[in-house]
Amino acid sequence: MPPPPVEIHDMTVAYHRKPVLWDIDLTVPEGKLVGIIGPNGAGKSTLIKAALGLVPLVSGKVEYYGKPYARQRHLVGYVPQRESVDWDFPVSALDVVLMGTYGRLGWVRRPGRRERDEAARCLAQVGMEEFRNRQIRQLSGGQQQRVFLARALAQDALIYFMDEPFVGVDAATEQAIVRLLQSLRERDKTVLVVHHDLQTVSEYFDHVILLNMRLVAAGPTDSTFTNENLQKSYGGRLTILDEAAEAVRLGERSR
Amino acid sequence: MIEWFTSLDPNTQTAFWIILIGAMTNTACALLGCYLVLRRMSMLGDALSHAVLPGLVVAFVITGSLGIYTMFAGALAAGILTAVLVHWLHRGGGVPEDASMGVVFTALFALGVVLIKRYASAVDLDVDCVFSGVLDMVDLNTVRIGGFDVPRALVSIGPVLVLNLLVILLFWKELLFSSFDPGLATSMGFSAGFFHYLLMVMVAMTTVASFEQVGSILVVAMLIAPGATAHLLTDKLGRMMGIAAGLAVSSAVLGHFAAVHFDVNTAGMMAVVAGLFYVAAVLLAPRYGVLSALVRNLQMSARVVREDILGMLYRLEELGVERRLGRGEAIEAVGGGPLARLALRGLLRRGDVRREGHLLGLTDRGREQAGGLVRAHRLWEAYLVEHLGLPPDHVHEPAMRTEHYLGAGLQERVAAEVADAETDPHGREIPQ
Amino acid sequence: MTYPTLIVLVGTTLLGSTAGVLGSFAVLRRRALVGDLLSHAALPGLCLAFLVLGRSFSGMVAGALLTGLVAIGLMTLVCRFTRTKEDAALGIVLSTFFAAGVVLLSVIQKQTGGGSRAGLESYIFGQAAGMNLRDVWMIAGLSLASLVMVLLLYKELKLLSFDPGFARAQGWPTFLLDMAIMGTLCVVTVVGLPAVGILMVAVLIVPAATARFWTERLSLMLVLAAAAGGLAGAVGTLLSAGLLQEWVGFDPLAFGDRTKNLPTGPLIVLCATAVFLASLLFAPRRGIVARAAAELRLRAKTAREHLLRTLFELSEPHLPERPVVTVEQLLAQRAWSRAWARWLVWWGQRRGSVERAGGGVRLTEVGLGRAAKLVRAHRLWELYLIRGANIAPDHVDRDADAIEHLLTPELVAELEAQLEPAAVAELPGGVPESPHVISPHDEERPA
Repeated sequence: MPPPPVEIHDMTVAYHRKPVLWDIDLTVPEGKLVGIIGPNGAGKSTLIKAALGLVPLVSGKVEYYGKPYARQRHLVGYVPQRESVDWDFPVSALDVVLMGTYGRLGWVRRPGRRERDEAARCLAQVGMEEFRNRQIRQLSGGQQQRVFLARALAQDALIYFMDEPFVGVDAATEQAIVRLLQSLRERDKTVLVVHHDLQTVSEYFDHVILLNMRLVAAGPTDSTFTNENLQKSYGGRLTILDEAAEAVRLGERSR
Repeated sequence: MIEWFTSLDPNTQTAFWIILIGAMTNTACALLGCYLVLRRMSMLGDALSHAVLPGLVVAFVITGSLGIYTMFAGALAAGILTAVLVHWLHRGGGVPEDASMGVVFTALFALGVVLIKRYASAVDLDVDCVFSGVLDMVDLNTVRIGGFDVPRALVSIGPVLVLNLLVILLFWKELLFSSFDPGLATSMGFSAGFFHYLLMVMVAMTTVASFEQVGSILVVAMLIAPGATAHLLTDKLGRMMGIAAGLAVSSAVLGHFAAVHFDVNTAGMMAVVAGLFYVAAVLLAPRYGVLSALVRNLQMSARVVREDILGMLYRLEELGVERRLGRGEAIEAVGGGPLARLALRGLLRRGDVRREGHLLGLTDRGREQAGGLVRAHRLWEAYLVEHLGLPPDHVHEPAMRTEHYLGAGLQERVAAEVADAETDPHGREIPQ
Repeated sequence: MTYPTLIVLVGTTLLGSTAGVLGSFAVLRRRALVGDLLSHAALPGLCLAFLVLGRSFSGMVAGALLTGLVAIGLMTLVCRFTRTKEDAALGIVLSTFFAAGVVLLSVIQKQTGGGSRAGLESYIFGQAAGMNLRDVWMIAGLSLASLVMVLLLYKELKLLSFDPGFARAQGWPTFLLDMAIMGTLCVVTVVGLPAVGILMVAVLIVPAATARFWTERLSLMLVLAAAAGGLAGAVGTLLSAGLLQEWVGFDPLAFGDRTKNLPTGPLIVLCATAVFLASLLFAPRRGIVARAAAELRLRAKTAREHLLRTLFELSEPHLPERPVVTVEQLLAQRAWSRAWARWLVWWGQRRGSVERAGGGVRLTEVGLGRAAKLVRAHRLWELYLIRGANIAPDHVDRDADAIEHLLTPELVAELEAQLEPAAVAELPGGVPESPHVISPHDEERPA
């Protein structure tokens, strides 16, 4: 059996020594739209960042088609949270999308005609081709989000991680994003999306991962996105985990 | 009393004045500096100390006098101007905050230099005075007060120090409030903006009053270093100010003696001492120091290894095998290295482990401890399987990591949450 | 111009340009004040080198570089491993290193007996006049190296400055790239110290901040920053040498021949600041004047459209007749001053929308058409707010008032398509009925 696109083995992640994700063990099936769901502070963004090597792991490992991230970077696309960036930076929408091609180009080589055309195509896919030369500060929230998506598309990956792409966007942009996700699925890409709106989960995603400091449940939406599992995810933090985490942070045996 | 003082060796008298004026200057700066550090406005203090220069020159040009009150007025104006300009550039002009500061203070400073050369070149701009201060000669310039000769610096820094103290005491809770939550403070009627500018004005005046003694750059050291050092040592503002003041005075005393010993510039030495205090705090502060953290980490690692050894011996006993471990084997089994050796020695010393021939065995005390540890381990395994849904063959590693942090209370709560508090997922008995 | 002056000119211009380019990255990465740290932290290095190696130029440069890099390193470490925040760390390292320098300087002063006083002055204020050909070669070499680095690593630096998280995920060594920028900044600062003095930080920051006002493209910003920096360097030097005054024929700073003594550093900074201020005020689009003008234009347009709408509403009961409306009636509907109302009427006349008649004003044919379109847009938006956004009818007038001036024809068409045809009733002029009673301005916002 071929290795799955993403496999997380016994992963524990800590911030300042305090564990925020405990022993996550899951497998992501290929070619599905996967929603990562959980309350605030559940560690959803942390999961993505740990998978991308942006925060260190206390234990465990993440494999992409059986190999570590460092060797499979070219297969993974990333859409970070919109607020992680200074939108007053002097670049145009096209410039930002071009950044998605930098990984392919390697050191020193500049993006050429081929990359520009590719970037323009990606902008068109998100409905932003007429804004290609607009400075990003002049774009609305939804438009900025679409530029970020186009950049990930330009990475031409097999697996995509998206961190809260639906936050603060208008209805039209939301529809555009959903259509984009579906077209990615049609091309057999695997997409993992941190999502905050429970109402739309069943509609958008085939597969869900429910998190709250630990893996509550993971599986096809129909069987996994149940009231019972939602209760477990949203019904308050596990106090025991909280206390244990605090004890680990302090380095002492708890009371 | 006065006769006794004037009968002292002139060098001692000078030393006294230097230390006193230095201590007063440093303290006046350090007290205000605590707020700057907490409000993340340290660089604004740096900017102000550069930007007061044109204020002084303009005041001189307008009034023709170098009197201390003219200087204060000029500094005040320059201080407010700087704060206002930085704010405008940032909000109105869209320039990022740090760049705004850079633009404003360098422009004002350059303007000050040019103005001095143009209008005040007759007044000899002693570079030393501006940048490194002439604290060593502080008692050369005296004024007569009540029949005694005191250094002029006392008349400038004294009132400023008193004023700073008064303002801080008077507006204690407002300054505290607006430092931590300006939005809330303003909505409750304490204008955060007002206190921002008040602070700026006080810093500007303190800078000017300190100019002659310690120069402009060293004012920055005195503003920031004691406050930042105190910040590493305590979490309460009152204590922080007290410590900062203490550090300020110590820097003055030690700085003076060091400067005399090495025969170097006094103000510079005082600032260097303040910096060294900061470095000492960075390394040695009990809670926030780097070395303390390292020591804590080491202690924790040692505890973990000790407990690992205990747990291992317990499990061997449990298995009932005749197999027992010798010293070397036990050390290797927990990873080897000096830490493991130290841990085993510690266990032997405490009487948790004893030697039986050249093999190791648990004492009763050790067995009790190990039992607690293994209990924590197996309870956690059960918890992981039941509540986190992990497969039984995945829970040993995480439990090995977490067992060291589960105290008795937490163990009971975990026991309450698992279906069977007597057997772990592998079928082994959980010690009680 | 003498040969030595020409050398200095070339040197400072090159220096200014290089600092402008490198400073741009510092400013974009919010590290503007690191330049201040570097220029102050160089002092102990200079003194140490002097004490150990004597009057060796390259030794002093090496010393300054060393302490500069150590200072940056310490600051980074302190920020990472303690609770001290970035600004305090910067301030402490800056002032403590400088203090150490002052201490060392007093040691030197005793050794050399006061000769270094001039040294301190030129360290702080800069004395470009002391620049010789070898210095210029060094600056030129540095400029070339920086230029090459920026050209080669352009996309990497751009990505790093814009989105370091994404860069790291893509596999770029962000820490190393950051160090490369810091390292080059350090070198530029140290090389520029003799010429500009301790205000070198200004030459790094101000041209970059200036360039930002003129463009939204990074590449152009770098070019403009280089130009602004070079210009500041050149003009500052010419002023300092007294040449600019000769050429221009008058002395802008009225210095007489005391100009010969003006140190270069502050003059370069003042030139850079002058260009900055001009940009702050007059840059198209981002400049203050441009933004104020745009704001005024919008307000005027809004007010003119309000006039037409008010006239229409007052005329509505009598359509298709175009009755005369008195100024009093106008003022009853809107919170305008008489003068303002007169101005708006005059403007309307100019555009042919209104005409004076019989003691008042009225809409022209053309004006009627324009007004009808405006009112249609306004009412469509009100309907949308009521139907679509569930806002109570008596609350919509003011909201619509603000938005309608920004409604594009496309949006209007979309509104028409979305709302029920019955509501978009066909009245003369194709204007829907107003969903609320048109009342005089009780809570009207002034135009």
